[in-house]
Amino acid sequence: MGRKLLLEHIDVSGIETYDVYRNHGGYKSVEKALKTMSAQEVVEEVQKSALRGRGGAGFPTGMKWSFLAKPEGVPRYLVCNADESEPGTFKDRFLMEKLPHLMVEGMITSSYALGANTAYIYIRGEYMFVLDILEKAIAEAYAKGWLGKNILGSGYDLDLHVAPGGGAYICGEETALLESLEGKRGNPRMKPPFPAVKGLYGCPTVVNNVESICAVVPIINIGADEYLKIGTEKSSGTKLISACGNIARPGVYEIELGLSVEDFIYGDEWCRGIANGKKLKALIPGGSSVPILPAHLITSTAAGERRYMSYESLSDGGFASGSMLGSGGFIVFDEDQCIVRNTWNFARFYAHESCGQCSPCREGTSWMEKVLHRLETGKGNMRDIDLLAEINKKIEGNTICPLGDAAAWPVAAAIRHFREEFEWHVTHPNDAITRNYGMLKTPSITL
Amino acid sequence: MIKVTIDDIEIEVAEGTTIMNAARMIGGDIVPPAMCYYSSLPGTGGKCRTCLVEIAAGSTKDPRPMPKLMVSCSTTVQDGMIVKNRTSEKVIENRAAVVEFLLINHPLDCPVCDQAGECDLQDLGFSHGKEGSRYEEEKRTFEPIDIGENIKLHMNRCILCYRCVHVANELTDQRVHGALHRGDHTEISTYIEKAVDNEFSGNMIDVCPVGALTDKSSRFKSRIWFLNPMNASCECKKCSGKAVVWMFGKQVYRVSVRQDKYGEVEVEDGKPNWICNECRFDKKDVSNWNIEGPRHIDRHSVISQGHYEKPNPLKNATKNIE
Amino acid sequence: MISTLETQAKRPPFSPEKLTEVQGVIKQFPEGKQKSAILRVLHIAEEEFGGWLSPETMDYVAELLDIQSIEVYEVATFYTMFNLKPTGKFVFEVCRTGPCMLVGSDEIIDYIKSKLGISAVGETSADGMFTLKTAECLGACGYGPMLQCGKVYHEHLTPAKVDELMDHYRAKYSSSINQN
Ligand SMILES: Cc1cc2nc3c(=O)[nH]c(=O)nc-3n(C[C@H](O)[C@H](O)[C@H](O)COP(=O)(O)O)c2cc1C
Ligand code: SF4
Ligand code: SF4
Ligand code: FES
Ligand code: FES
Repeated sequence: MGRKLLLEHIDVSGIETYDVYRNHGGYKSVEKALKTMSAQEVVEEVQKSALRGRGGAGFPTGMKWSFLAKPEGVPRYLVCNADESEPGTFKDRFLMEKLPHLMVEGMITSSYALGANTAYIYIRGEYMFVLDILEKAIAEAYAKGWLGKNILGSGYDLDLHVAPGGGAYICGEETALLESLEGKRGNPRMKPPFPAVKGLYGCPTVVNNVESICAVVPIINIGADEYLKIGTEKSSGTKLISACGNIARPGVYEIELGLSVEDFIYGDEWCRGIANGKKLKALIPGGSSVPILPAHLITSTAAGERRYMSYESLSDGGFASGSMLGSGGFIVFDEDQCIVRNTWNFARFYAHESCGQCSPCREGTSWMEKVLHRLETGKGNMRDIDLLAEINKKIEGNTICPLGDAAAWPVAAAIRHFREEFEWHVTHPNDAITRNYGMLKTPSITL
Repeated sequence: MIKVTIDDIEIEVAEGTTIMNAARMIGGDIVPPAMCYYSSLPGTGGKCRTCLVEIAAGSTKDPRPMPKLMVSCSTTVQDGMIVKNRTSEKVIENRAAVVEFLLINHPLDCPVCDQAGECDLQDLGFSHGKEGSRYEEEKRTFEPIDIGENIKLHMNRCILCYRCVHVANELTDQRVHGALHRGDHTEISTYIEKAVDNEFSGNMIDVCPVGALTDKSSRFKSRIWFLNPMNASCECKKCSGKAVVWMFGKQVYRVSVRQDKYGEVEVEDGKPNWICNECRFDKKDVSNWNIEGPRHIDRHSVISQGHYEKPNPLKNATKNIE
Repeated sequence: MISTLETQAKRPPFSPEKLTEVQGVIKQFPEGKQKSAILRVLHIAEEEFGGWLSPETMDYVAELLDIQSIEVYEVATFYTMFNLKPTGKFVFEVCRTGPCMLVGSDEIIDYIKSKLGISAVGETSADGMFTLKTAECLGACGYGPMLQCGKVYHEHLTPAKVDELMDHYRAKYSSSINQN
């Protein structure tokens, strides 16, 4: 049994309401922080916990907080990134929907640490029903004195609001998010300046993922020392994994970082193996932007070591034979699936979601989509496979924001590990149109 | 002052200078091409990615090379920075790729395009591109539309540099066109039919690096290389009155702003010499202008090969309007 | 098709209650940053004014926020949730992204098309009741195939469940008509 820090009380009925949440230790981190700790001490505690951002990039949260500029007389903002749109990721929705008060509590404790008097939760527009849940929780928190002026008599004021997006994956990128929150198109900004110096309305701003902010609550409650005991040396604490695809039991699981990938996929407590007794073919462990792993690199690394659910173990082998923990969007493919079709599907996703500001991403993502579509429908040729790799290299690193990389990496990885499947689509055009590569099990030259 | 080295040439510049502007101070062909940056328009740059350069050393303090190519128009120099532009294989290769990206959806309709001969994309393709395209897909297409009485928009040719949006923000308080939709569906448009109608709207024609925005009052009257550009001025209450008139014989075919060798509007005493629509679209009579002499244009190969810099044939024909 | 009468009823301005709601949203942002309210106000406007954003509606929003109309067009066309054309009474937005595709979203999209008698995504059934759209990952990947209708997520879809849903929404519409 793994230890649960975020989802400890998830099965308690009524936990989404204020009273039940409070009776189960809710808002204790606010009491502890505001009554017994200075803002700086909260920042230091989070730094000590080695919490890494749960939104995808894994940047140490405490370090990000320590970078926040503090010019006199200028407001500072905390903005929670609840845009959750990375394919395969649905953990933040789960947290906010089931534990809205944990979200609110995390926002209060974190805002106090950063000296922010106004904070926003930017939530994707499609989660409008979750926005309603959050606003209800916020209203309760105001009524009980956890928000507003002079919270707990500490002299600290905080206003918290929720703002919806309108349907754009790119607004999960932190600077696009800030543009969107300012009421503009979600075009990412050039960095520097970083949000910590010039963020929302040009003021110093911290942007953190929902889960990162919620994790601050147990860190303050149990203390960084206790938190550090969970997980591995380089990946402390627990992480929510949203598991989907062809597994017996999809869902959101809180795991102690360092659990073995094999246990997570096959264990009774978690995914319970591949659905319908099929075989495992591939895995995307951290949301659609991270490299895909073929079966032989999933439960063990290229060097033959056991693979674990941690930042360091999932990336073992680099791009050649590893992947990334990313957002924790765990997508499992069974033997019936076609990698070319899936790669095309994701390429289409990125082309659709590119903001269109910079030419390599705007033109390159839609070019790749078109080439992949041709390949998938049996109209491609061998040169196309190399062309894809080539376009890829020319997008990667040459764009304003990492969406360009996010679009390029999955294609590169798919070709790297499943090249023969791409080639089969060229050599068997008729089959490619009518049949699914995966369904053919062992496609052979005779087809 | 801080020191920076670009393609082995060292220069001292003020802190906060961008690599692009440091390179322009050196001049010559070490200057990276810019398709979206426009120094008189704050907020431009960073989008087209043609100005990518390699940073071989970040600074004296931290001499590590930067892992990615950086956009020179928006990256400020550090003391001791070493920049490679033309001397970098990586830059040449990636710039060629950017040119290819910019061209895959471009109609390549130069033979019928008004901008032909003075098009930054044409120049760029010539100097930095590779031959032949590997793009076999269908190109995206739009119908040309009128935006306002005097301006034609050929969206097919647009490279989405956003300069025209910035120039409208800068010079008017009533912007009516903008970037709509997103990704490769992004287009410059007014959304519903609306005339772009204010006294300085014509300047968007001059900031457009390609033939997407063209002057209807001069369209198709003559290919640019048959015209003689002349520095001219007039007294105007609305603008500086300093322009270039493009003449054929004694006729004024077109009026534009005075552009420097980077295609940007000339700046005088810190103020860009934008011109108003009246000067641009209405003053088509040579008597409206005080012709000062031939305009030297050295950046577009085609025009500069036109041998127009002969003694001013109009010297006696012009009359000053006081 | 939305009848002329219905469209006419659904035009700006907002009712006094809605206007108060909008003012409340604007107040969440600092003085002079009222443009920040745009996405929320567009969502409210779309719901109030017939399920789509007409140029008239967008101009009205521009006026409320004291910004240029083009700023509203730029934003409304960037974000995919907004309908820029009239739709059916209910819009089914089926997720078509990878994880949902792995568990059968393509089949569900085909099934809905055939049920509605339409040939392509984006079309509306002849009775004007349903419009089929596709969406990118909606954060329900573990519960796919799925679709969103208004604020509601419908998950674990099967053809039988799609049938039920259509009956459900038809009944909902009939009862709303009868109430008026
Ligand atoms: C294209 C793109 C999409 C992103 N989407 C999200 C997202 O939906 N949610 C999120 O928390 N972070 C997302 N990120 C990461 C954010 O930019 C940012 O790193 C994160 O919100 C920081 O929070 P953290 O440090 O707590 O993880 C995205 C990044 C990129 C480049
Ligand atoms: S990389 Fe893509 S999404 Fe990011 S700024 Fe450029 S065009 Fe926009
Ligand atoms: S129309 Fe011209 S100036 Fe405007 S964005 Fe396109 S290329 Fe740039
Ligand atoms: S000129 Fe620098 S990116 Fe366009
Ligand atoms: S892929 Fe369909 S909800 Fe995520």
